[in-house]
Amino acid sequence: MKVEQISVFLENKPGGLEHVTRVLTDSNINIRALSLADTSDFGILRLILNDIDTAEKALQGEGFTMRRSHVVAVEIPDRPGGMHSISKILAEHNINVEYAYAFVERSGENAIIIFRFDDIDAGIDVLLKNGFTVLPGEKIYRL
Amino acid sequence: MIFNEEFETLPREALEALQLKRLQQVVRRVYHTVGFYKNAFDEAGVTPDDIKTLDDIRKLPFTVKQDLRDNYPFGLFTVPMSNIVRLHASSGTTGKPTVVGYTQRDIETWSCLMARSLVAAGLTKNDVIHNAYGYGLFTGGLGVHYGVERLGASVIPMSGGSTKKQIMILQDFGPTAICCTPSYALYLAERGEEMGVDMRSLNLRVGIFGAEPWSEMMRQAIEEKLGIKALDIYGLSEIIGPGVAMECAEGRNGLHVFEDHFIVETINPATGEPVPNGEEGELVFTTLTKEAFPLIRYRTRDMSRLMAEPCRCGRTHMRMERVSGRSDDMLIIRGVNVFPSQIESVLLSIEGLEPHYELIVDRDGSLDTLEIHVEMSEDLFSDEIKTLQNIERRITKDIKDYLGVTAKVKLVGSKSLQRFEGKAQRVIDRRTL
Repeated sequence: MKVEQISVFLENKPGGLEHVTRVLTDSNINIRALSLADTSDFGILRLILNDIDTAEKALQGEGFTMRRSHVVAVEIPDRPGGMHSISKILAEHNINVEYAYAFVERSGENAIIIFRFDDIDAGIDVLLKNGFTVLPGEKIYRL
Repeated sequence: MIFNEEFETLPREALEALQLKRLQQVVRRVYHTVGFYKNAFDEAGVTPDDIKTLDDIRKLPFTVKQDLRDNYPFGLFTVPMSNIVRLHASSGTTGKPTVVGYTQRDIETWSCLMARSLVAAGLTKNDVIHNAYGYGLFTGGLGVHYGVERLGASVIPMSGGSTKKQIMILQDFGPTAICCTPSYALYLAERGEEMGVDMRSLNLRVGIFGAEPWSEMMRQAIEEKLGIKALDIYGLSEIIGPGVAMECAEGRNGLHVFEDHFIVETINPATGEPVPNGEEGELVFTTLTKEAFPLIRYRTRDMSRLMAEPCRCGRTHMRMERVSGRSDDMLIIRGVNVFPSQIESVLLSIEGLEPHYELIVDRDGSLDTLEIHVEMSEDLFSDEIKTLQNIERRITKDIKDYLGVTAKVKLVGSKSLQRFEGKAQRVIDRRTL
């Protein structure tokens, strides 16, 4: 039920992002979803990819500092109140969100929200019990 | 074990009598053979006859690096070139290098001092020593080389650089000891790991590291990564090269200065006044036995403390604490004295941090600023911003708590900072004073 994501440490300077995307391009890796979090000094690029193993090897070869971690992908109808339906449930069950990012599915009917909870298993549990569609990693990688 | 039992364990009284006799001889010799010393002594109003006790050494003027430059290249030699068998020179990062010469007997003295150092580290003629100090004008490579041969052990003359090849030799030749700078030892360990070599399972058991200031934390990091016992050696080309002082494996607390060949003093770098044993000061050396290029009260710019207490190893020679920094490396940031080595200790006390850092000193208006770039490591990295910011804050706080200066800390990519195969240059001072 978890999706594997790779996070890359980036110094906040021109060319940092370009270096990562160049490595991914050269390894023929497709980015499924991404988010770039930044501070004044550094950034963290979070990526969900079609082939995380190949990407990790290629990025490691270029000396990037990175880490694989698990996030949760939830599918919701793409309409007003969609996101609220999730955040309401999470709040009610005291699930803390570290960060989230979202994209709209190709068909345009659904949106997919990627969550990072401080307690990932509790988060999944709450979502499933409340009837949300939690997507397995395989489904995201192959989108 | 002790290489020269008789001289390394001389009772203090006999040692000091020997020092005085040798001091009187060398002072007389330089006064009569080198114009520079005659002028300097005359100017200070002192003659060789004024040296009646060891304390009288304080009447003699200091010699500084600039004096060596002013007499470049051979002006301070006391013997004709026909008696010189070897020349070495310091790196000379600012201007001309300083040149040192050796007679055949000087080479023998130096080799014996280096052999003493190896034995103090617990090595015998059965050891195989990987020598990764640079060979050439730098005294490190050849100094260690001759010492190993003098001891009768086996030397692998690797010199610096070609790190991959060094790792191959470490695996294939199975040396039991390694000599290099501490930062290169860490670099080797890191590269070895990257190449998939288990650096802890090599045959190495001892490392002798010197030629740059390092810290206790760095020692622990090296010992852990290479699975060895790391010992500190001290020397500088002006005095003779490596083998001026050596930490003993038994005590591992300070380096024995080979006092039958050198007189060591500590002074306040600002005033030149002597500093009592146990207090930090600049090391000052006088060579007692060197023929070609004796030096009188040479200011090293290295900061340390002297320890007169007896050592469990049995050597009677005074110990100096590991050099804590250089008086000319000392940064004065908003009036606070800071040594890069202190910052290194703070960084290394934080779990997961690696000793790869860079200090950038600048001036914002009339205010000094200190920025510390610290490399991110795999162990430290988290994909949550707050965790990384906490690390930055923790470093800032520790630096403030321990050193009293405010620093801006910036995490940078792993392996993005320059690696040094020789002496590390970690300070960038952009202030124009």
